[in-house]
Amino acid sequence: MAVSRMAGLRVSALVAGAGLLLSACGGAKVGETTDAQASGGGQSGCGTFNLAVNPWVGYEANAAVIAHVAEKELGCKVVKKDLKEEVAWQGFGTGEVDAIVENWGHEDLKKKYIEEQKVAVELGETGNKGVIGWFVPPWMAEKYPDITDWKNLNKYADLFKTSESGGKGQLLDGDPSFVTNDEALVKNLKLDFKVVYAGSEAALITAFRQAEKQKTPLIGYFYDPQWFMSEVKLVKVNLPEWTEGCDADAAKVNCDYPVYDLDKIASKKFADSGSPAYELVKNFTWTNDDQNTVSKYISEDKMTAEQAAEKWVNDNPDKVKAWLPAAAG
Amino acid sequence: MAVPSLTEKSTPPAAAAGADDPPILDVRGLWKVFGPRADRVVGTPLAQLSRAELKHRTGCVAAVRDVSFSVRRGEVFVVMGLSGSGKSTLVRCLTRLVEPTAGEVRLDGEDVLACGERRLRELRRHRFGMVFQHFGLLPHRRVLDNVAYGLEIRGTKKDGRYERAREVLELVGLAGFEGSYPDQLSGGMQQRVGLARALAVDPEVLFFDEPFSALDPLIRREMQNEVIRLHREVGKTMIFITHDLSEALKLGDRILIMRDGALVQMGTPDQVVGAPADDYVRDFVSDVPRSDVLTLSWVMRDARPGEPLDGPELAPDTVIRDAARTVLSAGRPVKVVSGGALLGVVTTAEILEVIAGPDPGNPDSPGGESR
Amino acid sequence: MTAVPTTPATATAGAAAPGSAGGRRRLRGRYLAVLILAAWVLLSVVLKGRDTLALGGAELTPLHTRLNEGMDAIDAGRNSNPLFLYFINYIRLFLDESVTFVQALISQPSFGRPVPVVGWLGVTGVATAVALLYGNRKVAALTAAGFAAFGLLGLWEESMDTLALTLTAVVLSLAVGIPLGIWAGLSDRVNRVVTPVLDVMQTMPTFVYLAPLTLFFLIGPASATVATMVYATPPVIRITAHGIREIPVNTLEASTSLGSTPAQALRKVRLPLAKRTIIVGANQTIMAALSMATIAALIDAPGLGKTVLKALQTLDVGTAFNAGLAIVIMAIVLDRVTSAAGRRVEAERRAGRARGPRARRIEVGLVLAAAAVLVYLSHVYVWAAKFPGEARLGSYVKQGAGAASEWVQDTLVTYTDALKNLVTYGLLNPFQSLLAGSPWWLVALVVVALALLLAGRRAAIIAGVSLVLLVLLGLWHDSMVTLATTLVATLIVMVLGVVAGVWMGRSGRVDQVLRPVLDAGQTMPAFVYLVPILGLFGATRFTAIIAAVAFAAPVSIKLVAEAVRGVSPTAVEAATAGGSSTWQLISKVQLPMARAGITLAASQGLIYVLSMVVIGGLVGAGALGYDVVAGFSQYPLRGKGLAAGLAIVVLGIMLDRIMRAAAQRAAARPASQ
Repeated sequence: MAVSRMAGLRVSALVAGAGLLLSACGGAKVGETTDAQASGGGQSGCGTFNLAVNPWVGYEANAAVIAHVAEKELGCKVVKKDLKEEVAWQGFGTGEVDAIVENWGHEDLKKKYIEEQKVAVELGETGNKGVIGWFVPPWMAEKYPDITDWKNLNKYADLFKTSESGGKGQLLDGDPSFVTNDEALVKNLKLDFKVVYAGSEAALITAFRQAEKQKTPLIGYFYDPQWFMSEVKLVKVNLPEWTEGCDADAAKVNCDYPVYDLDKIASKKFADSGSPAYELVKNFTWTNDDQNTVSKYISEDKMTAEQAAEKWVNDNPDKVKAWLPAAAG
Repeated sequence: MAVPSLTEKSTPPAAAAGADDPPILDVRGLWKVFGPRADRVVGTPLAQLSRAELKHRTGCVAAVRDVSFSVRRGEVFVVMGLSGSGKSTLVRCLTRLVEPTAGEVRLDGEDVLACGERRLRELRRHRFGMVFQHFGLLPHRRVLDNVAYGLEIRGTKKDGRYERAREVLELVGLAGFEGSYPDQLSGGMQQRVGLARALAVDPEVLFFDEPFSALDPLIRREMQNEVIRLHREVGKTMIFITHDLSEALKLGDRILIMRDGALVQMGTPDQVVGAPADDYVRDFVSDVPRSDVLTLSWVMRDARPGEPLDGPELAPDTVIRDAARTVLSAGRPVKVVSGGALLGVVTTAEILEVIAGPDPGNPDSPGGESR
Repeated sequence: MTAVPTTPATATAGAAAPGSAGGRRRLRGRYLAVLILAAWVLLSVVLKGRDTLALGGAELTPLHTRLNEGMDAIDAGRNSNPLFLYFINYIRLFLDESVTFVQALISQPSFGRPVPVVGWLGVTGVATAVALLYGNRKVAALTAAGFAAFGLLGLWEESMDTLALTLTAVVLSLAVGIPLGIWAGLSDRVNRVVTPVLDVMQTMPTFVYLAPLTLFFLIGPASATVATMVYATPPVIRITAHGIREIPVNTLEASTSLGSTPAQALRKVRLPLAKRTIIVGANQTIMAALSMATIAALIDAPGLGKTVLKALQTLDVGTAFNAGLAIVIMAIVLDRVTSAAGRRVEAERRAGRARGPRARRIEVGLVLAAAAVLVYLSHVYVWAAKFPGEARLGSYVKQGAGAASEWVQDTLVTYTDALKNLVTYGLLNPFQSLLAGSPWWLVALVVVALALLLAGRRAAIIAGVSLVLLVLLGLWHDSMVTLATTLVATLIVMVLGVVAGVWMGRSGRVDQVLRPVLDAGQTMPAFVYLVPILGLFGATRFTAIIAAVAFAAPVSIKLVAEAVRGVSPTAVEAATAGGSSTWQLISKVQLPMARAGITLAASQGLIYVLSMVVIGGLVGAGALGYDVVAGFSQYPLRGKGLAAGLAIVVLGIMLDRIMRAAAQRAAARPASQ
């Protein structure tokens, strides 16, 4: 015991000695280097911009580009907050979130926070069209061309049987972030299918990826824009066309999902602040292709969101210019 | 021992037979009942039930049933019984480690059961000391700190308590082990630490709860001798719990025998062996070599007319074994004399009868009379 | 990681069967149980699909709507209730400041500097010094290597963020938990009150309270800290209470007999003797806190968890694995250091202080001086502040893990599909149709009857109440589906636990090899391996089972190994001397004698499986897990998510109580033959 202690002492003495030696050698000192960060926030009038980042890549693309422009062009200090949608909306009330830059519907949240609590305002569309629906992997659409019509689904129900679907065809559902009507749809369209809840976006994507790779049958809920679409172009199954009010009663719904015009929401406080970032968010609009490009940079080319945004901004100066507030231009 | 004086004699309630000194500890009608609503038992017809029946009827267990005794200052008082007889509960009731259900415990006339928390702690800190069967040492403290523990909690300064602890360690023969930890010591040594811890606070009454039963026989004998030596040196009152009859006989000035929570017999060792109160005690003491315990007064008889009375003289409290050689070699009756008065005689016949053991047909044979 | 019970410690068994005549009664009980099961199977075929109380994914019961409204009401009252507001706000401020302060020290640019106050060299130096002073040289070396690894993996800043949050949450958990644990250890009444609360805290899925928490504590470190504390405090409370309670009676009595006050007895006897146990509790708390790192990232908690979640969005297994690896390393370092600290307490006690306090003081001084030098360097010089060089190791790990995941998914999928189908069709589906496909009243009747037979009246009452609660929560069908999955997973966990546990318990070498693997399985965030197992098994209940087994089996294996190792060597010696074969030795001596430990392993395994129900919901288990996940994500389903969380708690408490009571009853059985 005593011996090992002595050894311990010696070791620590050595470490201390080595440290002293190294310090004598020196090296660059903290603060001596030119500080890139100090230049940030130099421009007045913007201040801190709290940007919610919802957990999907398309959203991140929007957020990254807006953040990049806000920082570089407007001199804002952008604080990104990684939040699920509902928590992000709550942030309007507590003043911790200034803007959400890709919102899919969420009529209930709009009612609560915009109409009732009056802590948020709508800032118009992002230009992206959100398509929700049932998709099959491309190999299936090729092999069974008529599968894209819902009327033929029962014919193929046997193909989709799995250990989970209890003898019926499996309809893989359930990215939990979105309210789906699929159980009612299956019932009302008299389909011989059972809804199985995958439970997460990762589960859905993995399932489609494997289905395409292994050529196994799969039909499931999916959406576009989504980065995975650029890896595997899923084919949409056409349900009875959406008409105004056909989905008013969730229990009786028998039509496809509407096309969502994705939009932007900001907190009332932010809207009233006169921040140039508010103008930027309000003016921001781009196409599905634009977003998918940035998404691809992030998901496939493994760029960081910042790098991806920078690359896109450099490639599209005109589009960016149109978003800038008149004063800041 | 203080010389009693008649003028000072207050009248202690029902002092023990032969005690003319005020008892240091006086116990009256002590009960301890464990179980649901234990206080409903004492003073009701339920109290008359046997242990088993009480348990069956109420779910309560009477660990101590109506026990009374008193202990004289400087005495070694042994409570003996088999396991489950209630002796450990009894000794815990005396210092209220276990709260008695009913009865009275007086220390120098002060009602211990009426003490408040604070006063009780005072008593424990200054007047009681206790040694436990499983030692109860603090494993994270050195021997010295274990011994000083009692002084520490009553607020003695470090120097003072260490000095005292060293003294006591010396007394119990553990000098040099101050810096050791309990689990580095043998069982016997650990119990010496326990003993030293109890002695360190200089208590008036020392309680021993089967202190040596976890030790092996050789160590046990050594520790018993140690207690005898200490008793001689420090003269404390000791209340000693044991299930070992030979230990009881060896150490006790008086012995209280318990069975099923109740007192069966109380008396000096030779009274217990010579005049067992019932079959239970008789059975208990049947293996004891009576010649080692009984004195001449138990076997002497009146001189018969014409017997020669020129033999050697012996005192009546001479143990038979010690008298045997004298009597056997005398060749005539040996006189039992006390204060110059002839009490009786002893011959070879009486001695042999004790050594040979009781006549199965007449178990009461020796000691048919009591003093 | 150290195998110690962290679950309900109260014994709540019904009265054991009277000793005599018990044997025959028990035999009759067993026939009766088989009879009940047979009747159930028969009736379930006849009554299939009737009264199953199924509820669709988006359907709500009035209770769920009311819960929703209730949460809205709390939400609305947040700004008007001053007491609430001020109280909570101050706590929030305090928590935020604490975390931010630690972050400023070690992870985030602060005080106008482009780097934190203390750089990588300083943090590594201090951590190593602490490990050396409280542990030993071996764990100090491990600490240094571990911290260097954070840098090499390219995750220094993220790791420090995680460390900052974990340490703050742990310190606060201990500050709250140890006193509470002491109190619960001293007072039976407090213990009785605290135990069920802790049960709820530990089994209630984090997802349920994560979103509501942000209403009170806002988005950011405070909410993350509170969420972590809710999960991490129970172990230290339970284990501290256990330690305080387990002090040998005679030691306490000795102290009392000397006139110690209750306060003295606590300070001088109970606390020193319970110290080692309390350190074990602290260790468990650290592990629990770290396991929350990923989930807390859902509400913007900084650190490695964020990296994992981000990577999951693009199914980037490599990056997720890299960050997961850093979490595992941190867990192992923290575990080994605290365990070594615990052992050191013990060793010092046993061996006595071999050195005087003077030598110790010199050692402490030297080590601290060395650490101080490193801290100074890292404060001043860039090379010691920012981890130098490109993260070479990190990119290799990412590539390797990504490629491995892809390879596994591509090549093994045919075999794994067969395995999945075998277990699902052979075991899971029949079992589920029995539980979820029969009328609810039939299932309830059977469960209560079996509980009565096997575990006694009290357990039967608890089971009855629990089942009624499940019906009232409106989630009966989902609960039964989850129950089926849970039980199958627990079964697999126990099979693995006994097989690997016995193997490990009998051989030190196997133990050495297996233990780090088990540690990794336990601390690697499930999110990291979700993608590969999804690729192999699809979005199915079986995938959920695999995830649960990966998390729960290590605990059970370790507990069984511990129990097997704890079998008295005399008994093993005697059996060997009697000529037992290895198999006989295991089956007739070691397993029966390790029964208590195996029971503990089963109940712990069950609790751990239940804690993975929500993760299961993310990979296709549906039922309660999905309800909770959906409730977290969708505003209208909040109430239902809360109800589902409660249902998981109810299931957990019910199973735990039945199992414990049944085990106690079995243990009370006189040894037959």
